[in-house]
Amino acid sequence: MSDQWLFIAFILPLALFMPALPIALSRMIGPRKANPVKNSPYECGVETVGDTWVQFKVQYYIFALVFVVFDVEAVFLFPWAVAYDQLPLYAVLEGVLFIAILAAGLVYAWRKGSLEWV
Amino acid sequence: MISDPFTYLGDLLREVLVGLGLTTGQAAALIQFLGAGALATAVLLLTFLLIWAERKILARIQDRLGPNRVGPYGLLQTIADAAKLLTKEVIVPDGADKLLYYLAPPLTVMSVVGLWAVIPLAPNLIGSDINVAVIYLISIGAIGTLGIMLAGWSSNNKYALLGAFRSVAMLISYEVPMVLALLVPTMLAGSMGMVAIVESQRSMWFVVLAPLAALLFFTSSMAEAGKAPFDLLEAESEIVAGYNIEYSSMAFGMFFVGEFLHGFTLAALTVTLFFGGWLGPGVHTYTWLGLIYLLLKTAVVYFVVVWVRGTLPRLRIDQVNAFNWKFLVPLALVVVVVTAVADKLATSVGWGRTPAMLVANGLVFLGTLVVMQRYGRAQRLKYEGRAAMAPEPAGAPRP
Amino acid sequence: MTPIQILFLVTALAAVLSAIMVVASPRLVHAALWLIVTLGAVAVLFVLLDAAFLAMVQVAIYIGAIAILIIFTAMLTRRVMGEAGPQANRSWWLAAFIGVLLFGALLALLVQVPAWWQATPPTIGVTADFLLEDLGASLVDLDRYVVPFEVASVLLLAALIGAIVLARPAERSGGEGAK
Repeated sequence: MSDQWLFIAFILPLALFMPALPIALSRMIGPRKANPVKNSPYECGVETVGDTWVQFKVQYYIFALVFVVFDVEAVFLFPWAVAYDQLPLYAVLEGVLFIAILAAGLVYAWRKGSLEWV
Repeated sequence: MISDPFTYLGDLLREVLVGLGLTTGQAAALIQFLGAGALATAVLLLTFLLIWAERKILARIQDRLGPNRVGPYGLLQTIADAAKLLTKEVIVPDGADKLLYYLAPPLTVMSVVGLWAVIPLAPNLIGSDINVAVIYLISIGAIGTLGIMLAGWSSNNKYALLGAFRSVAMLISYEVPMVLALLVPTMLAGSMGMVAIVESQRSMWFVVLAPLAALLFFTSSMAEAGKAPFDLLEAESEIVAGYNIEYSSMAFGMFFVGEFLHGFTLAALTVTLFFGGWLGPGVHTYTWLGLIYLLLKTAVVYFVVVWVRGTLPRLRIDQVNAFNWKFLVPLALVVVVVTAVADKLATSVGWGRTPAMLVANGLVFLGTLVVMQRYGRAQRLKYEGRAAMAPEPAGAPRP
Repeated sequence: MTPIQILFLVTALAAVLSAIMVVASPRLVHAALWLIVTLGAVAVLFVLLDAAFLAMVQVAIYIGAIAILIIFTAMLTRRVMGEAGPQANRSWWLAAFIGVLLFGALLALLVQVPAWWQATPPTIGVTADFLLEDLGASLVDLDRYVVPFEVASVLLLAALIGAIVLARPAERSGGEGAK
């Protein structure tokens, strides 16, 4: 199996390097006239006000967290899905139970209004 | 040679390399390296064609011509645009984190090109036949999300950061139905390897056995790729260009390339997982037909992607999130459960697999329609009720 | 030394060095990014040990979900843009000493495993495909891991509900979270 991964080990750095070439090329070819106005951060043409920070919105955190929970759930389900053909019905129902418990969590989040984008 | 050029070429190359003095192991490794380079180059060059195709199709949908000046039918337009972009200045904003700033575009492109490593192109032609290819798809997609986060943060621009947050929030949200939908082909094929999934579609394409899962995967992949109607990530009228405000010249060009390529890649993945990949008449005797079948099917699905892009209006971020968490995720959970139970029941009772799955999917679809109809009616009543309770428009004395 | 061994050593070194950079980085977001490098190195180690599924799970969950969560929370604190100053306090030598002691204890335990002294790793005798299927079957097998499997879902549910409960009062108490 490791020789299959060799291809991936080759293509990922290649794919990282290849787009870097045009960027390097345009840095060489393109003009380089830095001036303070051009280099300042863009804010629709006006001066920036205040430090660069973003107001905390708990929504981002909730979405990321629900995503983590469902991602872990899916990862648990993948081996179950691979073994699916060999499993008897009760084993399939055990997987369904797993999904149902987490679906209950989704319903809870929904009813508590945590899935709204304020 | 005619029937299987890929194996023939591979053996030929290996003989040549061993003849030059390398061991078989080293020769195999070198062939893998050359193959990786060829695939990455081919895919990146394909993007030139894709950008042209998308612009032409969008133009026709919008009743105009699209690029037709540079080269025959405007085919060289993308090259001209690339040349123009090359000559622009790469403006790095003050206070930007230089390493991360330059790392973000190649990282995003890498996450898309990496997907092609596991797509089976023809019966004996695949980059890497790992047996965990489906989770590999998810993992590499997640790295793209990381690239966007880096781009937004390293630009030292609060609008870029805000845009990056919104983008990442949308991207990770839509990964959930995508991952759940990917469980269905895994279940039906009994394996996470792409070649196994394609091979097990010989009797029946998975789109017939699991049409809802195919739709779910297709829709959530379109959101992952930032295609309309989910393209609020770069709504120019809203947050300027979102996470890539501060990118110019080729750095921006690389983001652009990655995005267009992602659209085509998601079409290729949908075809491989649900439409039989390289399967087609005569493909086992003439393996190079597989590549043609794959490209044809992918072109059709890609046309649908561009069609949707040109037709539907852009969704707002709250609509995008509601659509995901209140519709796609529950539907995905139901589809996985119904597929699992229905298939098992069908095989134990003795029905055919195809009719049982079609019936199950049909029932879920009808159930979804009923739920949506009830929801629509409730919303309509709510808005009508609100309008009825509004203050009298005319005749009332204005304070 | 076979190429795989060299690759293993290089990756292990990368993992250790980036782990050190996680705690030594003065900027919070850089620390989170070094963490991603560490997690990636661990995934590569898993691949070298023929545990492809675990490697992919590592990348998908740790890098794709948890690292993004960490970066979200790191970026949303106001001080993230500034440097936090030198990361070592005055007793860093004591901490290093205890670390070395712990490492020595781990090593002493490991050398007692017979496989440590073998030149080649023990062969498993089954294919990776079978192992993956067996993992799936074992998760729902009544004689094996079905109870931990279901308990895991309850644990995830508890985490989900806990996070929602924790995050909600912040919305209600005015100030933060306002659009």
